Order: sequence, then C-alpha cells, then structure tokens
Amino acid sequence: MSETTDAPAEQTSPRGEIVLSVRDAVKYFPLTQGIVFQKTIGQVRAVDGVSLDLHRGQTLGLVGESGCGKSTLARVIMGLIRATSGSINLLGDELVGMKERDLRKARRNVQIIFQDPYASLDPRMTVGGIVGEPFLIHPEVAPKKDRRKRVEELLDVVGLNPEHINRYPHQFSGGQRQRIGIARALALRPQIIVCDEPVSALDVSVQAQVINLLERLQEEFNLSYVFVAHDLSVVRHISDRVAVMYLGKIVEIGTEDEIYEHPTHPYTQALLSAVPVPDPELRGHREQIVLEGEVPSPANPPSGCRFRTRCFLAQDICAQEEPPLVRHADTGTGQLSACHFAKQLDVVHATR
Amino acid sequence: MSTETPTTTSEGAPPEGESVGYEGRRRRAPKSRPEDEGFDASAPLLEVRDLQVEFRTRDGVSRAVNGASFSVAEGETLGILGESGCGKSVTAQAIMGILDRPPAHIAGGRVILRGVDLLSLPEETRRKVRADRIAMVFQDALSALNPVFSVGWQLSELHRRHRGYGKQEAKKESIRLLDLVGIPGAADRVNDYPHQFSGGMRQRVMIAMSLALDPDVLIADEPTTALDVTVQAQIMQLLADLQAERNMGLILITHDMGVVADVADKICVMYAGRIVERADVHSIYANPAHPYTKALLESIPRIDLKGQQLASIEGLPPILTRLPPGCSFNPRCAYAQERCTHDEPPLYDVDGARQSACHYWEKVLAR
Repeated sequence: MSETTDAPAEQTSPRGEIVLSVRDAVKYFPLTQGIVFQKTIGQVRAVDGVSLDLHRGQTLGLVGESGCGKSTLARVIMGLIRATSGSINLLGDELVGMKERDLRKARRNVQIIFQDPYASLDPRMTVGGIVGEPFLIHPEVAPKKDRRKRVEELLDVVGLNPEHINRYPHQFSGGQRQRIGIARALALRPQIIVCDEPVSALDVSVQAQVINLLERLQEEFNLSYVFVAHDLSVVRHISDRVAVMYLGKIVEIGTEDEIYEHPTHPYTQALLSAVPVPDPELRGHREQIVLEGEVPSPANPPSGCRFRTRCFLAQDICAQEEPPLVRHADTGTGQLSACHFAKQLDVVHATR
Repeated sequence: MSTETPTTTSEGAPPEGESVGYEGRRRRAPKSRPEDEGFDASAPLLEVRDLQVEFRTRDGVSRAVNGASFSVAEGETLGILGESGCGKSVTAQAIMGILDRPPAHIAGGRVILRGVDLLSLPEETRRKVRADRIAMVFQDALSALNPVFSVGWQLSELHRRHRGYGKQEAKKESIRLLDLVGIPGAADRVNDYPHQFSGGMRQRVMIAMSLALDPDVLIADEPTTALDVTVQAQIMQLLADLQAERNMGLILITHDMGVVADVADKICVMYAGRIVERADVHSIYANPAHPYTKALLESIPRIDLKGQQLASIEGLPPILTRLPPGCSFNPRCAYAQERCTHDEPPLYDVDGARQSACHYWEKVLAR
C-alpha cells in the first residue's frame, strides 16, 4: 500500500512528541456463511490501510460519513478491536500482537468517551461507582482509601456537584451524563482520549458547554485527543489536524486550515459544501456539490479509487489505479491527498 | 398488525378476516377528494391559533405547547426551530391529529386549514384530511415504515383506501411516485421491503408516501437528522424542488440552524413550549430579537472564534412540569432582570413583521 511510504513526511514535522503512531492499520471483518461449519465468504474492509500520527497536547479530528470506518478505527486505536494487520504504536509500545495482559496495562493510557450518554452508563450503578470503576481494573492508580476522594475531585473537575456521587445516571440530563462519561475517561489520568462523537447526541446549547469542557481539560492535563465526529464545524473548532475518511481509507489529511480552507480532494470538497450554512444571505450564492448516490458497500469496494463512483472528477484512470495519499506540490498546500486530480477548489461552507 | 406509518395509520391494516391482496372485494371508497367538508379553496392555507397541548403525568400537568400561533401560505416554508423537548414535534403531531390521547390533551386553540377548524372535526373526517390535505415526513424512516409490508404495498394503500383505486392502478401510481422522488429502477424496487433500502432511499420512500395524495401542507419533522450530510443535501434539494413544483406549504421542524437558514422563509423559535421569536429568516439570523435565539446563534462554532471558548447557554432547559415563574428562559438569560422572574413576557411586536417574547427585546436588538 502506497500510503505508508509517504507517511514519513509527516513524522518530520515539528509538532512535538508523537504519542500515537498508526501505520497501515487494517481491520477486516469476516462475512461468514453456515452455522456449524462456518466458511468465510467475504470481508468487510472497515479500515483498510490507515496511517496517522497524534502529537502530544493536540487534537486529531476524524471525519467521514457513517460506515466509513471512523469508529472502527477509534476502537482499533484503543485496542478494543484487534487490528488485522499493521502497526499501532502507543507511547512506544506496539499494540498489534501484544498479549492481552500487557494490552490491558497499556490501555490505561488511552481512554474513550462514547457517543450516547444514555447507553454508555450502567443505569444500576451510582455515579461514584461508574467513575470509580476504572480503579478496580487498575488498582495501582489509586489506593482504596483515596478512591472516593479521587472520584469527588473528578466530578468537580468536569463541573458536576461532588455531592451527587451517590445518584444514578437517570437523575442527570444528557449533558450532565456526558460529563460523567468524561470524568470516567479521566479517572486513570490517561494521555490520550478517544472521543467518539461525544457531542452529537446533545442539544446545541449543551454541546457548546461540553466542547468548552473538553478544551479546558486538554489544556489542564496536556491531553491528546482523537476526535471522531460527523459534524464538520465542531471538528474544525476543536482540531489541530483533520483526517477525512471514505470507505476505510483516509482520503485527505492535513492541518485544520489546509483541510477546511484549501481542500484538494473532491470528497472533502463535496462534504464541506454539503453542510448547510447558518446564513440565509448566502442562499443561492454558493455552489453546492451534491453527490450522486450513496457510499458503496465496504465488502465490495470499487476498483481503483474508492470514491470514483460518486466523484465529479472521475476519469478512466481512477478505475484502474488507486491514487496514493501524497502531497501534491502543484496545489500549493501542504496536506496529503489521495486523488489523481487533486486541486484546490474554493467552497463556501458552514465554518467560514 | 397496525401500521406505524402515520400517513396510513388512519386506515391501518385491513380488518381481520379480510386478506391483504384482494382489494377488489372491498367496497370502494369514492375516487374524489373529500371536498364536501366545507374546505374553502380561497381561504388561507393553514393557520394555527393559540394552540395548547398538555400532557397529564404523575408529576403534574406539563404544558408541552403553550399558545403557539403561526400560519403557512401556499409555497411558503416555515421553519420551527428548537431543542429537544421544546414542543416542536408535539405541535406537528397536534396539527396532524396523531397525538397519543391520553396522555396528551389539546387544551385549547384552533388549527384552521382552508377555513375549517381541524380540531373540531370528528375523527372520521380527520382521517380523510390526513394524508389527503396534510401529510408528514418523519425523522426515522425505518421505524415509520412497516417492516412486514413491501414499500409498494404501503404506498398503494393510500390510493386504495383514499381514492378507491384498484390494485393494478394503485401499483402503477406507486411506481410513478417512487420515480418522482428519484429512486432508481422504481418498477423493480416497488416490491422491496423497507430494510432493503438505504437510509437516504428510505427517506425518499417516506417523502413519496407523504406526497401520494398531493397534500396542500407537508410537515417534515427532522427529515434529515438521521442522515449523513451528503445525503441530507440530496433530500433537502428534493423537498425544495417538490415544494416549488406543487406550491405546497411546508413546515420544517429541526434543531439545525443551518438547514433552516437554507430553505425557510420564516422561522418560529420555540423554548419550553412557547414560541419566543417569530420572524422572517433574514432578520432572525442578521439580528435576533430574543436572547435565546441570539445565544443559539452564538453557540455555533465559527472560524473567527477558533481557539476561544464557545458561547454556551449555561444551565439546562427547564422541566416542563416545573417551569420557572415569569419568563421560562430567565434562569439562563444574560439579559434577565428582576421583572423577568415574575412577569411572563407576551409576544411583543418588534417591527410589524416580527415578534419577540422578551421584555427587553430592544436591548437584545441593539447589541
């Protein structure tokens, strides 16, 4: 796969220490037939050769439509799903092929915040039980007698009343529950937090509170975030670098400014132009790229470039040759883009 | 075996003892539209006046919609904007007449369609109005469509029941509709089941179903919230095209400030069951006259605010059974004064065309 050969270009960038480095990560889910004698009849290529780096104290945004593999990638990074092949280097430890016991230890440094604060908290546990549960798995982090105090501190840090430690999740609103989820993720003092659509289940007015909280915590604890979301304006606000995924592959990756102001991949351009702009004065004055059709099945992706079936730039070469994720010098910007015809296009989008 | 499809709930599944396929045996309904109910084509399209909907719960009465008034004309798009629990969906369901009663209870107000107050009609007549004159598109097409009937069956049911079409005729009509909403190979897909369609295609089927009987008013309740942005763009374009073509009144209910900015002509902002601001789309975005609208607009991440804190609305939306006295928004409001804690603001007139339920709307406008 050509992507990896171009990745070193990224490593040299002066953005500080790399805490997470993913090289050519692949995750195929087998499609099986039969009950007793299962035979594999195909594979869903959920993540198909992804390489990226996460720097300390920074946020990497991961955007794409549903089914593009962004959540699978987040879980592969966590070690919750074992990668089929490739390399995931977390603070110097290689996660792929690691023994389960060692993996458990290594995972202390990566925690996750889930999308749905209604489903990700056990309704029969108190807030104290939920936030303190990580200490049961990693008892070395806090001695038993300190735990209650630690939980109270955590609740305070995320803006909840420490006196509510004995309440149950149903006694809290959506935004408050998400804060409980954030407190739980902070419990083990991780260095990396994977945020899997952390605000998409929340109302607009509450969403801003949670984003502000995440930014404050990042500064306070020097956290690195992998921020998975489909809301492009939220991702722009919080991210330093952004990766755009389509059908299991990264099609474009670069700084927030490069991706949003100078997108060179037609998919990024279409995605940005599809976001409705909260400004009625622009109605009819902006050119919207409306893509035809829907995302093809990852079990049977198109040959060559995976985006070619919906692409407005597609030519014959796109069906035969898979475009590598490389820097295109002629576009005048620095990001990596996987398109034979990468070029800058001015799109008016929601985050302008 | 009841169909969850709201446009068809009126009729539901065929009565027991009658098999599904044999439409010819059933007594045919009249082929014409129910013109005899006193509808006056020259009267205004849809007017909602002081609508009040209550839910009687164990915790007391919760007033989900508290005096909502608005109107929609032919070819006009009204956006109803608000967060979850503000009463926007309940308003839509009250207009459609599909509220679960009890626990819901319409405590007052009028819904006047072409001169006829729908709330005063007997259920039998409302059933004829539903789908025929007012139709609705729901957020989650997978749960709104019946999984055990083919898409074609569910579509043709409308023509069979409301228009008395025969089976063949109705099927032909269904294919035409699927084609209209841009489903490729409509003739081949008419016998497919909802689960065989993708999310965007299912939403198209929903739209086809709502348009089947050529309604005058279409209510779209978060029609694209469950969809990806690229598909959302397709669906919104389809809705806009169809509306322009048929000159329908469209009520678009959403929490997305971007979607309404793109299509709406006027906007009602709801908070805790009340309409707090009502204005045309341009003035509301350029210069909101209610602190809640203003705060909502400011909480959208913008590029010039990168690296800064987002303006967030502190606190939480109130619980409807325990509304704060005075203005419901006062505990979260940046403009709140002592007066706001006991004196509920009426909808003040701002400039003839727009209204704001804030005592201090002039201050909000000025800043």
